[in-house]
Amino acid sequence: MAWDIEGNEKWTYEEIPLGAMTLEGGTGTKHLTGDWRVKRPVWDSEKCIHCLQCWMYCPDNSCKAKDEKMDGIDYEHCKGCGVCAQVCPVNALTMHVEKDIRAKGDEKELHEHAEKVLKEEEGK
Amino acid sequence: MAEKKQTVMAASGDQMVAEAFRQANPDVLPVYPITPQTIIVEEFDKFVADGKVHTEFVPVESEHSAMAAAIGASAAGARTVTATASQGLAYMWEELYVAAGMRLPIVMANANRALSAPINIHGDHSDIMGCRDTGWIMLFAENAQEAYDDTLISFRVAEHPDVMLPVATTLDGFITSHALDRAELMDDETVAEFVGQYKPAHSLLDTEDPVSYGMFANLGNFYMETKLGQRKAMENSFKVLREAGAEWEKLSGRPFEFVKTYGMEDAERVIVVMGSSIGNARAVARELRANGEKVGVVGLRVFRPFPAYDLVAALKGAKAIAIMDRCETIGGQGGPLWSETVAAMATAGVSIPTRNYIYGLGGADVTLEILYQIYEDLKELPAAAEKGDVIGVTYVGARTSAKDSQSNLVANSQTAAHKG
Repeated sequence: MAWDIEGNEKWTYEEIPLGAMTLEGGTGTKHLTGDWRVKRPVWDSEKCIHCLQCWMYCPDNSCKAKDEKMDGIDYEHCKGCGVCAQVCPVNALTMHVEKDIRAKGDEKELHEHAEKVLKEEEGK
Repeated sequence: MAEKKQTVMAASGDQMVAEAFRQANPDVLPVYPITPQTIIVEEFDKFVADGKVHTEFVPVESEHSAMAAAIGASAAGARTVTATASQGLAYMWEELYVAAGMRLPIVMANANRALSAPINIHGDHSDIMGCRDTGWIMLFAENAQEAYDDTLISFRVAEHPDVMLPVATTLDGFITSHALDRAELMDDETVAEFVGQYKPAHSLLDTEDPVSYGMFANLGNFYMETKLGQRKAMENSFKVLREAGAEWEKLSGRPFEFVKTYGMEDAERVIVVMGSSIGNARAVARELRANGEKVGVVGLRVFRPFPAYDLVAALKGAKAIAIMDRCETIGGQGGPLWSETVAAMATAGVSIPTRNYIYGLGGADVTLEILYQIYEDLKELPAAAEKGDVIGVTYVGARTSAKDSQSNLVANSQTAAHKG
């Protein structure tokens, strides 16, 4: 069930759900946290043995799995904690300084998309 | 409804709270034992073992976990109760705010006890008064009977849609929690009908209608409004408490008053007090009134929400008021009951001299002699107040130094110290 929060910044204490409850599940996907990242995990699909340890340990559901195989990282939500790189048994995940990667312009398209979404969120 | 039947019990306050919990048949009871609350959960555990309740009894590893489990269970839609005291309540402290902020109708019994250091297991109000701003409704029982009645009324007010706040129903450690007392137990059917079933509007476990609790209230967004909502709910609880209390009185024959008065039709010298010492004050006032002295007692049963209106109405004819706090606010102007009472009178435009007495800390005996002394002391209060000589608190029942007292029972106010 989608929860209509249009105009929520004008809600009075009577309109806010009891105890500041959110009347919807899984709303974390709407909150983009990729720009919190200082270090970025980079996945080497050649080295990866698809054990899915990273998928299990990621505290933010940012290691994506598809058909029981590792399928890359959700950089719109990954906060760069590095747990995935720590648990990876074959070093298929390594941490790199975010701003260096951005400066090189790697994965430019992905960033453009994330920044667009963030701007839209800020616009609201 | 079957015919109401009350059984006269010889029971401790803890046992009566356990009976009230049994009759309310909670879904979940997470708890960690601590004196002087332990009898409550010992008795309740027997009810669980005997199949008299359907409660999930969760023995946890600490009070912090007890309140965490209570919050989780209540958010899942369960009628949730727990019990604690002293260091246990202190250990729960940060989560008391969470329970209130999430508007979870948890009912908790607290057997009021001193806080360390020095370690002391006996009754005073240090623990519960440390939580007075957490957003919980707080009731103070005078005896085992009130502990039972308050606990049952708590479910009605906590779970009322206009309130939805946690309630701490408290009884003084050992004096009320452990001492055998006469109390009447209502029959199970009447109580079941009185407390009713808890029907939560939302449940954390409802996958058809998912909700999230404890969300981040962004800067300038929901936080102040949520606090305002809690304040409004607390204000609503006055009406709900009165209505539930009146209904319980109809069933039990026992009134539920926010402020209990004795001799206040003409009293000039008055003691304001809470909990188990109300009876001692009443006994002394009865003696003095028999000799024609115009003395009275005002006992508070409800502390949160603070019943300012009822209290000022009771006190406005008085000439000198002793306000007794069973906890310290070291460095503060006076104890919490004193501060609230004086503020209530001031905002109502009532100006009567008061003196704040600190008594009974760590279970120190509240003797009749102390109460006689306070009534005697009140004779001098108006003249002392005129001279501006009543700043600070007055300890009663502590061994004091000759330099700051006229007797070995009373260490008087510290106006001189305030002048530095």
